[in-house]
Amino acid sequence: MVGLGQVFLLWLRENLFFSWRNGVLSVVVGGFLLWIIFLLGDWFFLSATWSGGIEDCRMRQDGACWPFVRVRFSQFVYGFYPSVERWRVNVVMFVFFTGIALLVWERTPWRGKIVLFMLCVFPLASWFLMRGGFFGLADVSTGRWGGFMLTLVLASVGIVTSLPFGILLALGRRAESLPFVKAFCVVFIEFWRGVPVITVLFATAFMLPLFMPASVNFDQLLRAMVGFILFSSAYMAEVVRGGLEGLQRGQYEASDALGMTYWQSRIRVILPQALKIMIPGILLTFIGLFKDTTLVLIIGLLDFLGMIQAGISDPRWGAPNVPFTGYAFAAVVYFCFCYSMSLYARHIEKKFSAGRDRRH
Amino acid sequence: MVTGKGEKIIEINNLQKSFGTFVALRGVSLNVRKGERIVICGPSGSGKSTLIRCINRLEVPDSGSIVVDGVALSDDVKAIEGIRRQVGMVFQQFNLFPHLTVLENCTLAQIWVAKRSQKAAEETAQHYLERVHIPEQMHKYPGQLSGGQQQRVAIARALCMEPKVMLYDEPTSALDPEMIAEVLDVMVEFAESGMTTVCVTHEMGFARKVADCMIFMDEGKIVEASDPNTFFTKPKSERTKLFLNQILEH
Ligand SMILES: Nc1ncnc2c1ncn2[C@@H]1O[C@H](COP(=O)(O)OP(=O)(O)OP(=O)(O)O)[C@@H](O)[C@H]1O
Ligand SMILES: [Mg+2]
Repeated sequence: MVGLGQVFLLWLRENLFFSWRNGVLSVVVGGFLLWIIFLLGDWFFLSATWSGGIEDCRMRQDGACWPFVRVRFSQFVYGFYPSVERWRVNVVMFVFFTGIALLVWERTPWRGKIVLFMLCVFPLASWFLMRGGFFGLADVSTGRWGGFMLTLVLASVGIVTSLPFGILLALGRRAESLPFVKAFCVVFIEFWRGVPVITVLFATAFMLPLFMPASVNFDQLLRAMVGFILFSSAYMAEVVRGGLEGLQRGQYEASDALGMTYWQSRIRVILPQALKIMIPGILLTFIGLFKDTTLVLIIGLLDFLGMIQAGISDPRWGAPNVPFTGYAFAAVVYFCFCYSMSLYARHIEKKFSAGRDRRH
Repeated sequence: MVTGKGEKIIEINNLQKSFGTFVALRGVSLNVRKGERIVICGPSGSGKSTLIRCINRLEVPDSGSIVVDGVALSDDVKAIEGIRRQVGMVFQQFNLFPHLTVLENCTLAQIWVAKRSQKAAEETAQHYLERVHIPEQMHKYPGQLSGGQQQRVAIARALCMEPKVMLYDEPTSALDPEMIAEVLDVMVEFAESGMTTVCVTHEMGFARKVADCMIFMDEGKIVEASDPNTFFTKPKSERTKLFLNQILEH
């Protein structure tokens, strides 16, 4: 019988110490990692202040100041949304996360219907619910939206709309037989891709109203959304184009030769395959978008990170460890969301390739 | 062109096609009658693929006319789609849809193009998959099949649309030698059942067995067109002789 300890030693020798150079590297890198973990663990947990208020944080400055996050938490999530009305946001978030959970879980029945609901009914319904101003629901102007809820709103609108627009733009860019459509798509894509995101947001925030009749009161948040949709569609279009170009010409020819129409061939043959190639790129774009929402800061909207920053600059919470705590908290939350997206992407990728390209 | 069987189903008249400055077809004319089996051969780059790809308009000719089943090919997309329904094509590289199972490959166009019900489509697919001898692989993906099996699925996929004409572009050139026979056998079977067939191939055994008419192309032209007997025993052109010698030597 080989004991567990022996197996472990064997594993160590085979993987970490199979040559002396390798061994030195393992020790150095391993030591460094342990040191970092220890420092972080100490700062996050051991030396952190867990209860009390700012006075307690000032007394223990070599650790995180969690009371800051606890006291400010509801602002981080809801922004300046009035507290009595927050149940509306809760309902929307509950439906949002339940919907996503149902869709991620592969054995959910009626997935198609759930997708339709989440894409068509849910966005409008939640907009009206959170905006209010009818049926006795108090009017909450989007200027008071903020925090994590704003991040979610912006990111999901950008994500959900950029994919279909991106697909259309990418197909248009390849439409050799429609030169005007092609030219429009090329100019659109290259323009928005060539302009920094901040400029896009500035442009839509301050220039869009100039093109609108004065009577139209165009919401600041809507303007930001337009900006997001414009540039994220352009980015997505390039990702989709990569997927389309990754396909062999034979796939187009085979579907043409069977008499399929342009859209039949795109929907049944080309896009399902291109989508698979595109998944990593799409997810990268999604993750980027999720983080880019933070830029609405410059047009006066405070998303999750914006709210944290606002909290940090509050003089009542003046302590050296407060900013670190705020940013660390933001980093952890962003990381959790982005990392789960990337895990899910990898899962999908594996699922798509299983059983197809493999021969046995 | 040669032995007249039925009415003309494909009429090609003075077809020209260039790629940039390279002239791939220099005035090709060819008639195919119902039930006729035509085998086209010729050296690489002689325009064989270009010619048969013009028949279902995967390639757009520069000039000349093609009439398929009474419909003249033009830029009219609906007409082209209609003709493609009547004309099945098998490619050298199989071009199966890798994201669909064998069965779905065979039912896709039936359901969306021919508007058949799922059930009817599956029955037709099963029928043709049996005839190409792979009913048991129905639920596998193309990537799990051998090259010969994939090509037979491709043949079944085209036949499921019940086309009036079958086009084959070097269907066995991408196959390992031991798989060629199984594909050729299937092709012979369908050719002998009366399907109008235009086939680009260098498999002379197959040509001898099924061809009503042999066509030799070189440098974008039809150099020789005759019945197989004349073609193989006393070809008129020197170039044909040379080509046949090269091919038949190994
Ligand atoms: N899309 C294209 N663009 C540019 N040149 C092309 C294209 N398709 C074909 N050609 C050229 O046209 C010529 C004829 O091509 P074609 O494929 O018809 O020849 P082929 O007789 O089928 O040859 P092979 O036996 O190699 O398949 C070749 O020289 C080829 O390089
Ligand atoms: Mg060829």
